[in-house]
Amino acid sequence: MLSEDLLIEKHIAAHKAIPGGLLPLLHSIQDDIGYIPEHSYKSISKALNLSVAEVHGVVSFYHHFRTTPPGQHVLHICRAESCQAMGATELEAHAKTLLDVDYHQTTKDGAISLEPIYCLGNCALSPAVMLDEKVYGRVSNARLDALVTASRKAK
Amino acid sequence: MSTRLYIPRDSSALSMGADEVATAIQQHAGTSVDIVRNGSRGMYWLEPMIEVATPKGRIAYGPVTPEDIKGLFDKDFLNGGEHPLRLGVTDELPWLKKQERLTFARVGITDPVSVSDYVAHDGYRGLRKALELAPAAIVQEVTDSGLRGRGGAAFPTGIKWKTVLGCAAQQKYIVCNADEGDSGTYSDRMIMEGDPLVLIEGMTIAGLAVGADQGYIYLRSEYPDALIVLNEAINNAYAAGYLGEDILGSGHSFNLEVRRAAGAYICGEETSLLESLEGKRGVIRFKPPLPAIEGLFGKPTVVNNVITFATVPIVLDKGAAFYRDYGMGRSRGTLPIQLAGNIKYCGLVEKAFGITLRELLYDYGGGSASGRPIRAVQVGGPLGAYLPESQFDTPLDYEKFSEIWAVLGHGGIVAFDDTVDMAKMARYAFEFCAIESCGKCTPCRIGSTRGVEVMDKIIAGTQPEKNAKLVRDLSDTMLNGSLCALGGMTPYPVLSAINHFPEDFGLEQRELAA
Repeated sequence: MLSEDLLIEKHIAAHKAIPGGLLPLLHSIQDDIGYIPEHSYKSISKALNLSVAEVHGVVSFYHHFRTTPPGQHVLHICRAESCQAMGATELEAHAKTLLDVDYHQTTKDGAISLEPIYCLGNCALSPAVMLDEKVYGRVSNARLDALVTASRKAK
Repeated sequence: MSTRLYIPRDSSALSMGADEVATAIQQHAGTSVDIVRNGSRGMYWLEPMIEVATPKGRIAYGPVTPEDIKGLFDKDFLNGGEHPLRLGVTDELPWLKKQERLTFARVGITDPVSVSDYVAHDGYRGLRKALELAPAAIVQEVTDSGLRGRGGAAFPTGIKWKTVLGCAAQQKYIVCNADEGDSGTYSDRMIMEGDPLVLIEGMTIAGLAVGADQGYIYLRSEYPDALIVLNEAINNAYAAGYLGEDILGSGHSFNLEVRRAAGAYICGEETSLLESLEGKRGVIRFKPPLPAIEGLFGKPTVVNNVITFATVPIVLDKGAAFYRDYGMGRSRGTLPIQLAGNIKYCGLVEKAFGITLRELLYDYGGGSASGRPIRAVQVGGPLGAYLPESQFDTPLDYEKFSEIWAVLGHGGIVAFDDTVDMAKMARYAFEFCAIESCGKCTPCRIGSTRGVEVMDKIIAGTQPEKNAKLVRDLSDTMLNGSLCALGGMTPYPVLSAINHFPEDFGLEQRELAA
């Protein structure tokens, strides 16, 4: 925990002088430790001359930011129209059954967090998913199974 | 001498295994090949599509999997050998050859991050021209070209720039809206991954035109690959003297930085985007004041979409008249159209305005991917209307689409076959609005949730006539009472679905919109 706090302090120091630096700061914290711990709001707000409420307001506004640690991998399933036209609704139902979780939850073994996403710009190859930072196109149920199996093995 | 191969680094090509193909080829061939990671040509059903440079031109093979590599080498593909995956000379493929690629002239052809490759393919000619002109003359050229904002609102770009030019301020900003959140659109992504320097050049020209020395690209967080390419290209442009202080010895400066968004659709709305760039919640602002007068950090700001900026260099290079000569009516130039959803041949089609939906869906798209009839088409993203087959002959033109109560938006076309349930799509439109509403105005914040509830009743078969009327009343409130396009345009997909496909809502007769 202490090392996490030290990392956060390092990111704050690197970003506090940037105009409009709160989003870049939040990104760098989440990129580094996977989420934005709520107890960090106090030091963020102090450094950026904001109230804790303002920091909470920003973190909670954006879908990308999370305040709890994710699983080892994050699987985003695109729910937007183009993917729906190619079977995304069935794919998301399959994923929820396969992982035994709903959106915004993590599997019991801590391996995979499931999140919805609204367009990955891969609409020519729908349906699309993103596993961590890699996008996959034309994802059938079988291809999703293979991705999940591989990421569980990879840890 | 090693053979030059092109394997896209475009994220859609990567989503089908382009990296794995590149690795397999490298392992097989070693130093006998020189692999360039280009953008995509936009024929996505052929990705990963690899090209081999031969004396006869570039020859394409696709879609290639790592398992195909040995066979390709066996058939001497490095010299354009015959193989079942051989598609022919890329530039001669009809799907590409029929297009009018102005904004996309270099995408898929050059190494996206190479300044020298960019310059060798007519890059930075627009900037050199702009450096010879007075700011007002640059703005005039853009105005005369007829270029309108390609993000969706279609506001004349030159007029916006003129407003910013006319503001007396020490500090002005150029902001690129790269928060391409509309489903069915990916042209911004293709430019940023395939020819980012044209965007950088366009923003630099905008800086010269209005007197701004700082630019920001607000990039959606869903595009991690675009972020990498953009940053490489920006660094290379700085190193080559095209960004930074005293550009090309002109005395002018322009600095550019990419800022990551954080997954809020509303931040594609320009005032919400500016709030987000300032580090705040992406809540929209009242207008006026216009961002052109009081924008980022309260300073005069040009906010344009990626495609708008990326089109400016060719306007400056070839002149306003060259660009204006394409198109129809008040829609001048070309539109990069993106085919998506249930279409057989999905990809990027850049054509002059005036092409019809039918030509795009069938001549380019080849009909549906499922082989079933195309029943509905949504044009212009999640806030765009659904069009039935009877409207497929509408030409792509901002005004012609307005006449049928539809929008072109950012040029995305999503097709659905006859298995689609339009009541569910109408429900989804409300649901999406509820998820993405910034919460500032009541019609959007509350109306969207009430809309989902009423649609649930209709889908359950509860008093469809009465509830459809309720949806119309609610839509009227959202349409006229919302502060921005999110709440204000959610009724487009909803009402067009009811009007054109009443049978999906349990409605007996076709009741037309008042």
